[in-house]
Formats: sequence, C-alpha cells, structure tokens
Amino acid sequence: MKMPSEPHTVAMTTLPDEAAGAGVHAGARAGQQSPEQSGTASQQLAVFDPADPFDAGSTFDPEATFDAGLEKRFSLAAQPAAGLEAENISAWFGERKVLDRVSLSMPAGTVTALIGPSGCGKSTFLRILNRMHEMVPSASLAGEVLLDGQDIYDPQQRITAARRNIGMVFQKANPFPAMSIYENTVAGLKLAGLKASRAEKDFLVEDSLRKASLWDEVKDRLHQPGGGLSGGQRQRLCIARSLAVSPRVLLMDEPCSALDPTSTRRVEETIESLRGEVTIVIVTHNMQQAARVSDTCAFFLAAQNTPGVIVEHGDTNAMFSDPRDQRTNDYVNGRFG
Amino acid sequence: MSLIDEIAVRPSAPDSSVPNRTHLPLLDKAEADPDEGRIRLGAARQRSLVLAGAALGALAMGLLLTVGIGVIPLGWLFAVSFFWFLVLYTALVALREPLPVVRDGFVTVLLCSAGVAVVGTLALVVFFTFARGQDALGHINFFTRDMTGTGPLSGLDDGGILHALVGTLEQIAIALVMTIPLGLTTAVFLNEVGGKFARIVRTVVEAMTALPSVVAGLFIYAAVIMAVTRQTNGFAASLAITVLMLPIMIRSADVVLRLVPGNLREAGLALGAGQWSVVWYVVLPTVRSGLATGVILATAHGIGETAPVLLTSGFTGVMNVNPFSGPQTPLPLAALDLVRSPVPQMVSRGFATAAFLLLVVLVLFIIARLIGGQEAGKTTDGQLRLMAAQSRRDLPRIEENYRRLLEQRNRDLDAADIPDGADADIPDGSAVSRNATTNVTAVPIPQDRASNTTMQEKP
Ligand SMILES: Nc1ncnc2c1ncn2[C@@H]1O[C@H](COP(=O)(O)OP(=O)(O)O)[C@@H](O)[C@H]1O
Ligand SMILES: [Mg+2]
Repeated sequence: MKMPSEPHTVAMTTLPDEAAGAGVHAGARAGQQSPEQSGTASQQLAVFDPADPFDAGSTFDPEATFDAGLEKRFSLAAQPAAGLEAENISAWFGERKVLDRVSLSMPAGTVTALIGPSGCGKSTFLRILNRMHEMVPSASLAGEVLLDGQDIYDPQQRITAARRNIGMVFQKANPFPAMSIYENTVAGLKLAGLKASRAEKDFLVEDSLRKASLWDEVKDRLHQPGGGLSGGQRQRLCIARSLAVSPRVLLMDEPCSALDPTSTRRVEETIESLRGEVTIVIVTHNMQQAARVSDTCAFFLAAQNTPGVIVEHGDTNAMFSDPRDQRTNDYVNGRFG
Repeated sequence: MSLIDEIAVRPSAPDSSVPNRTHLPLLDKAEADPDEGRIRLGAARQRSLVLAGAALGALAMGLLLTVGIGVIPLGWLFAVSFFWFLVLYTALVALREPLPVVRDGFVTVLLCSAGVAVVGTLALVVFFTFARGQDALGHINFFTRDMTGTGPLSGLDDGGILHALVGTLEQIAIALVMTIPLGLTTAVFLNEVGGKFARIVRTVVEAMTALPSVVAGLFIYAAVIMAVTRQTNGFAASLAITVLMLPIMIRSADVVLRLVPGNLREAGLALGAGQWSVVWYVVLPTVRSGLATGVILATAHGIGETAPVLLTSGFTGVMNVNPFSGPQTPLPLAALDLVRSPVPQMVSRGFATAAFLLLVVLVLFIIARLIGGQEAGKTTDGQLRLMAAQSRRDLPRIEENYRRLLEQRNRDLDAADIPDGADADIPDGSAVSRNATTNVTAVPIPQDRASNTTMQEKP
C-alpha cells in the first residue's frame, strides 16, 4: 500500500539541473576543495580525522534533538520516523570528485529508491547520509544532511548518535560471527552501551525479528550462530539488528543484490511493513523492485569522468511512466546501464 | 524497437503446427529404483598399484646398492631409495600418461614426501626422547619429588623433577600474565590506531622476533640480576622469556586482527557504536581462536627456551616455590643439566625430563584450545544440540516477555495519545500505518520530549 501521491501537477519529477543556481551551495567541509568550490573559502572548515570516530573535538549539547536517541537506557517506545534532507552534497575521494552538489529530500516515513548505473555515487551518497563516508581515509565532503532539520555534520552533534538514528543495511549481509541470532539482534544495545533488562531484550528480539519477517523461521534456534542462516535470512537478520536500536531512518545499499527472488520478496515485504514507521532509502539495481517498493525515486548518473549528479527525481510512478529526461527514460526501460 | 518490446509481441498461445520446443520430463518419469547404482569416484586402481610398485622397486634397489653390493654405506638407504622411487614412479606414470599428468604426479609425490618427512622426524624425536627416558619415567617418585639428597649414585627410585615442573609452570604463568595483555593491546593498537608510529612499532616487533634468545638472557642478567636482585631467581627468568614471547604474541595477534573483514567493523559502527566497543564486542570475539593460537605459539616458544633461563634462573635441585627469591630451575634447564652428567641414571633422568616437558606442552596446548574455542560461528554437533536445547527452553520465556511488554507498550501509547489526541495524528506529514505483524499502532509519538520520556513511568 503506497502513500497517496501528490496531486498531479504539470511536473511531477524534478530535473535538478534546471534549478541549480550558479554557485549557491553549502560550504565545503573538506580540506580539499574542488576548483569550483574554492570561491567559498570563508565558510567553516572541518577536516575529518578518520582515526577518531569518537569525534572527540565536538562538544555535546544536551538540549540537541539527537539527545533523545542517546539515553543510556533503551526505551520500549520506538522513535518516530524522521525526514532526511540532503543539501548540496559533494564528495571527494582524494582529489577525485565523485558527487557534485546533490540535493534530495526524503520525507519522514516514505521509501526513497536511488537508482542509476554502477559507479555513479549512489553508495557514496548513502554513506554520507549516516557519516560512514568519512571512514575512508582519503574521503571528504561538502554540504548538509538534515535529520529533522538538524545537520548531522554539525560539530555539536555526536557521530555515534547520528549513526544510531540513521541505521544502515549493507550489500553483503554481515551478521557478527561470534554471536548467536539472539545476540546479533540486540547487538546494537551492547555496542552502544545501552542498558536493558532481560525482559526488554526478549521483547526487542521478537519485535525486531518480526518486523524483519524472520521470527517464524528462527524462533526455534535463537541461540545458534547467526552465520548458520541462509543468505536471505542473514540479510533479514541484519535488518532486524538495525531495527533493534529503533532508528528513525534506515539506509539500504543494494540489500537484495545477492539474494534469490524469494528472499528478495521477503525483504520487500519487510520494507512494506516498515513504511511509515521508518524513513527508508534504498539503493537498487532492480527497476521492478524500485517501482514496487518506493514512493519517490532519484536517478543518479555520472557521465564519463564527471562527478555523479541526480538527473531526475520525484514520484516513483511518474519516474517510471512519464520521466521528463531522455536518459531517465532510457535507464528505467533498461536501454542502458 | 527495444528487446523488451520484441519479446512482448511474440505470440504466447501454443501453436500446434510446430513441434514442442520445451519438454516436461516429469510426465514420463518412473519411480526411483531403491538400489540405484552409483558411480564410484576416486583415484583409479592403477595409480595406487603404480605407487606401490615404485615403492617396492625403489626399496629393493636401495637394499641392492647398500647391503647387496655395498657400494654405498647403509645409512644412505633411505635417501637412495627415495631417489629411485621418484625415478621409477615418474617413469611408470610416463608410460601411460601425457606430460602434464606426469608433472602433476611428480609434484604430488614431492609434496607428500615433504609432509611425511616432517611427521617422521617429529615422531623420531618424540620416540627417541621417550625411549631414552623410559627407565626414569617408570618411577612414580620421578614426578613427585625433587632432587634433595639424591647423589650421583642413587638409584632411579630416588629423586625427581617436581621442582623443575613448579619452576616452569610459575615462570610461564608470570610470563603469560605479562605477555597476553601487553601483546594484545599492542596488536589492537597496530590495527585500530595505525599511523606512522604504529609502523615503527611494527618494524621493531618484527626485528624483536629475530632477537637471539641468549641476548634476551644477557639483557635481563645485566638489567635485573646485576642491578637489582643480585641473585638469580625465577622472576628474572620469566622476564627473559617474556622478552622472547612478546614479539611472537604481537605478530600472530596482529595477523589475525588484520584478517577481520572490514564490513564487520562497519556494521558495528553503523549501529552507533564507538570504535572501542566494536573492538571489544565484535573484533576480538571474532578472532578469539586465532588469538588462542597466538598464545599457544608464544607459550610453546617460551616454555622450551634454555639459553635465557641459563643466565637468569640459576641451578638448583631443591624445590623453591617462591619465584622472587633464590634460584628456581625450569624443566629445559634441568634436562640440560642432567644429560650433561656422566652417570647413566642422570642421563636417563635428563631424557625423561625432556619427555615430560613435551607432555606439559601438550597439556597446555589442549587447555588453550579449550579456552580459545573454535573459529567464531563454527560449532560441533554437541554444541549445536546444546544451543538447540537452550533455544527451545528460552522460547516460552521470550514469547511471554514479548506479549507482556507489547501490551504495556500499547497501553503506554494509548495513554500518551489521549492528552494530545487532537494534534497527534500527522505531525510532519509522516504516514500513519498499522503494523501488520505486531499489531502496534505506529502513531508517531509527539515530538515533545516530555511525553516521550515519561512513557515508561506511566502505569
Ligand atoms: N574507497 C574508495 N576510494 C576511492 N574511490 C572510491 C571509493 N569508493 C568508491 N569510489 C569511487 O567513487 C565512485 C562512486 O562509487 P559508488 O558510490 O560506490 O558508486 P555506486 O554505488 O553508484 O556504484 C566510483 O567511481 C568509485 O570508483
Ligand atoms: Mg554501490
């Protein structure tokens, strides 16, 4: 069941290039600046130290909204979905620019699909959304990511809070091999230092596994290693693990690319049941999947040796039935990529 | 016209004029024969015959050349036979097979012989040690007494090496207490922090593995015994062993830590964990068995060291349980001391001591394996049964807790809903949906933090 789409206006999808103002963009945060961004030298500069994920330099503001996710006790009440807003995101690996001032709005509770050929920066964009990008030593970025209006790259914000609020599921299912299914599901609590009673953990395990539509398959072997599951089950275990820390946004990077059609179907059902509770952003190479699960869709493209950009984004139905850009039309109809 | 469109316009109704283009094999398939014949896989009979023939021929040739005509001394029998075995085997294979197969067979034989040589040498060493020491090993007092009052002419029913066992265990225990934390933290530092300083440390550690053991002994002798204690003692010996064990521990831990897939670390960090909780809860448990192997390697290396303890532990035949004062001889040193004696009983005791040392290493090895466990995620059948039983036992508890807390949460949600019911429906355009699986109304909780935090306290 999809969200009712916006009333039909003349243009349901957006071609960002039309709207791109000349050089109006957020300040570069990176040490390295591209030529076209070097004119904005006066903005604040923050160089990431990838060796310091604690982000020790930042002070912690107890009044910040993210504080809600930082209580040292786990709370039964799941946090509501939050809107995510990427504004003028540019990204570099060393000197190579791979994303050029990409802006995208992901409203609370909706499912957004990112599509586009390989190497056009979808994963990079996704990893910027929960501050995983800066783990690569040579990586830098510019722009703003607003979670409920708060910039997650603000020096006042804790990197760990941002990552807990914005969960991530990876292409390759990666349950922790030394933990059982039960422990894997609630690993986030232990890792983030959250206290929870055994009853609360029990609740969280069943709740998260149910949300990931895995409960019935594994309830008889909760204490067996998570690595003993099939590929599709492992991926759903990873989804359950992400859900257990009650994220407000869930990012998924090609979660089904290694799965068979049946497991893919189950993951899609999971996404369906999470709609409204969590904001979901999913990268997929499967056009039918994008069409089935997403409310809005963004088409990324990187022409030869240029950074990736969003060519067109908007309502999924419109993107697939009636795209305005010829390249989008070709891509969604399988004519290239 | 694209490919997709082309496919779409093909007629889909079956056309009876053309013969069937697909087949349905299930329609005419008989029941499976209960004793369906199976193909026997494995090496051809002929290959094992060739192997046996070549071995026999080579042995005969060796015997002929050594015992038969006597052109080669008997000691060379094995070397000569092995050489002839290679020749004969290759020739026999070459009679029937093409060149690649011959090359393959030749290399296989070489590799297998290397394995056999290693195992054989080891077996010889162990066998020789036990054989020479069997007289002393047969007496129970050998394990329960020290050498107090045992003269050169005393029989084997007098004296023993309990003092050396105590010395070895205490010294290796002290050395491990220092090596394991220091080695682990250094390895974690090398992997998690990195940078220029870490590269320097890594180089130093690598250089330290090549440190001659007598140098470690001399170092402790000069720095501890000459300067501080002024007498040899067990603690100085364990310090000397630590110097040798540390680089081995660091190196092996470093190698296994480097093998931890980066995506596990990423998964941990993506859950909002700090770097050190990822190391503690994810990285270290994942490589626990590899780290245990590192500890075993270091222990095996340290426990048999003779040169450093020669200078630091001192010689004594008397039991000394205090490692901090007075000489305390460990097993390898006791063995060295005993076999140098001209008296046959003492030599027998020396070999028995060496054999006993082998047993001690074996026991420590087994203990470390038990503690270290198997590779993460691998389980034996027994463990699997235990886990299954535990899962079955806990399931009712989990389901009960789930039901109870779900009710509680729904009550809380309803309670929180009533006061701000008017503006609670759609605060920021997020969808209101009902979760099909859990039956929880997923009404977004009002953003106002006050109602959010009081949620748990409400009845
Ligand atoms: N760790 C990295 N170091 C250097 N370049 C990278 C790294 N990861 C990705 N890239 C480059 O960034 C570009 C975008 O990659 P990515 O975001 O993974 O694309 P996608 O997910 O759309 O296939 C690619 O050209 C890729 O070569
Ligand atoms: Mg990718």
